[in-house]
Amino acid sequence: MTTAQGSGQRALPPHPSFLWRNPDPRNSYDVVIVGGGGHGLATAYYLAKVHGITNVAVLERGWLAGGNMARNTTIIRSNYLWDESAAIYEKSLKLWEGLEDELGYDIFFSQRGVLNLAHTLQDQRDSVRRVEANRLNGVDAEYISPEQVKEVCPIINISQDIRYPVMGATYQPRAGIAKHDWVAWGYARRASELGVDLIQNCEVTGFDMDGDRVVGVRTTRGNIKAGRVALAAAGHTSTLTELAGFRVPIQSHPLQALVSELHEMIHPTVVMSNHVHVYVSQAHKGELVMGAGVDSYNGYGQRGSFHVIEHQMSAAVELFPAFSRAHLLRTWGGIVDVTLDASPIMGLTPVDGMYVDCGWGTGGFKAVPGAGFAFAHTIANNEPHELNRPYSLERFVTGELIDEHGAAAVAH
Amino acid sequence: MLMIECPHCGVRPEGEFTYGGQAHVPYPEDPQALTDEEWAQYLFYRDNPKGTFRERWVHSAGCRKWFNAIRDTRTYDITSTYLGAAPAEANSTQGAQ
Ligand SMILES: Cc1cc2nc3c(=O)[nH]c(=O)nc-3n(C[C@H](O)[C@H](O)[C@H](O)COP(=O)(O)OP(=O)(O)OC[C@H]3O[C@@H](n4cnc5c(N)ncnc54)[C@H](O)[C@@H]3O)c2cc1C
Ligand SMILES: [Zn+2]
Repeated sequence: MTTAQGSGQRALPPHPSFLWRNPDPRNSYDVVIVGGGGHGLATAYYLAKVHGITNVAVLERGWLAGGNMARNTTIIRSNYLWDESAAIYEKSLKLWEGLEDELGYDIFFSQRGVLNLAHTLQDQRDSVRRVEANRLNGVDAEYISPEQVKEVCPIINISQDIRYPVMGATYQPRAGIAKHDWVAWGYARRASELGVDLIQNCEVTGFDMDGDRVVGVRTTRGNIKAGRVALAAAGHTSTLTELAGFRVPIQSHPLQALVSELHEMIHPTVVMSNHVHVYVSQAHKGELVMGAGVDSYNGYGQRGSFHVIEHQMSAAVELFPAFSRAHLLRTWGGIVDVTLDASPIMGLTPVDGMYVDCGWGTGGFKAVPGAGFAFAHTIANNEPHELNRPYSLERFVTGELIDEHGAAAVAH
Repeated sequence: MLMIECPHCGVRPEGEFTYGGQAHVPYPEDPQALTDEEWAQYLFYRDNPKGTFRERWVHSAGCRKWFNAIRDTRTYDITSTYLGAAPAEANSTQGAQ
């Protein structure tokens, strides 16, 4: 195996044994974060680092970062349409650009660019519009021709005789991928060093209230008093808010992905296509990583239907004929929390002292640093950060939706 | 792939169907009287139980008719499909959380 820089194949460093302490829960914390995925861990880190709040526990019902954080396809980009989205995703991308230094941990962040393909006239128009919007928001973006697509990604089929020929693409050179597990572990290690208790196998099963205020959580490892409670439970958020007595407008769906066996490095960038429902990158070890759209039905089963994979594979093979010889190695699913405007929900809730960060759906990995940063601010100040103010629950009442279906529908 | 029993056509593969989300969400009786909060509930909020769920499907590549199903969102098992109002035994099951 060759080891190279950038998008080349890289050997993984040895697996460390202990990156964080594994304490028993204490009986009281200033802040309890429910959910030890990327968002919960990043939030804990920024609470401790930026706001000096270290009497914090992250409660995780399974093992650390074993939910969507372990299951996503790691695409990072900030080329969303609306100003509100550009602001938070671009903040996140800037944090990604300094994250290896910040965490003192290798996360294989690789800015290999992302192509979002256009296959119809409407796609083309939407893409050009999005590129112009991106530029106005200081997000790097260009609209490129099929020939330029081929230059960026030589293995792609741009011939006219396929069902949905490539008519162009948006290109964000600063986009890329990272190694998801290490991102979680990097945050976990630093948070733990700063005093945060990371508590695994600890499921939150209820809340203790004093009037309208939450004062504690009930868990499978006992009751814990909490000054503030922050929900970062992704697909399980509505099961928790029901326990706390309010609803969130999310629907939980299975979302699947898969990988091939290891190959030589042949795919230098990230390619996504909303129209034919597939996206592909090649991980540092060499496996082709592919995902598609959500299964249509609600589901908590962490698995989806096979025909979704079949559909995605037929699209992949048409766009990348070389893949027809590749073997599928593993498929899996996560549970994603989908909102009707394809934008997240982040902020205060009807319960005093309770905060929610959810609704990232199919695309919240890229947001881990930015969302953690803004959510920590929200919890510390009992007030949203400017970045997440537009993402309040109230927007569903005022009608100020942030419709990102164009930039986020299948795309992650 | 789920196998779904269309009340009209019998058991058919999921690929022939389109999902319609939560069943039995009535259009507001007096839309003019709704507050913004109530409109938000009607437009954007749906149950999302981890457990038994009554939901709509349409047999889009078959008879093209809508019907309801009772499905467990953990196992994906469909216990029954039916037309019209929910059968009595389903009324009390609103998803083990
Ligand atoms: C197949 C797939 C591909 C994806 N691809 C991308 C991509 O390419 N790019 C991108 O940006 N995003 C992608 N995503 C989305 C991204 O993974 C999620 O938006 C993001 O991981 C959600 O935040 P999280 O990491 O905190 O969630 P999670 O890792 O799911 O964390 C939530 C945690 O809460 C815990 N929890 C739930 N209930 C309780 C309870 N009662 N008590 C205690 N703990 C509880 C869960 O066990 C879980 O560990 C993808 C998702 C999937 C499934
Ligand atoms: Zn039928």
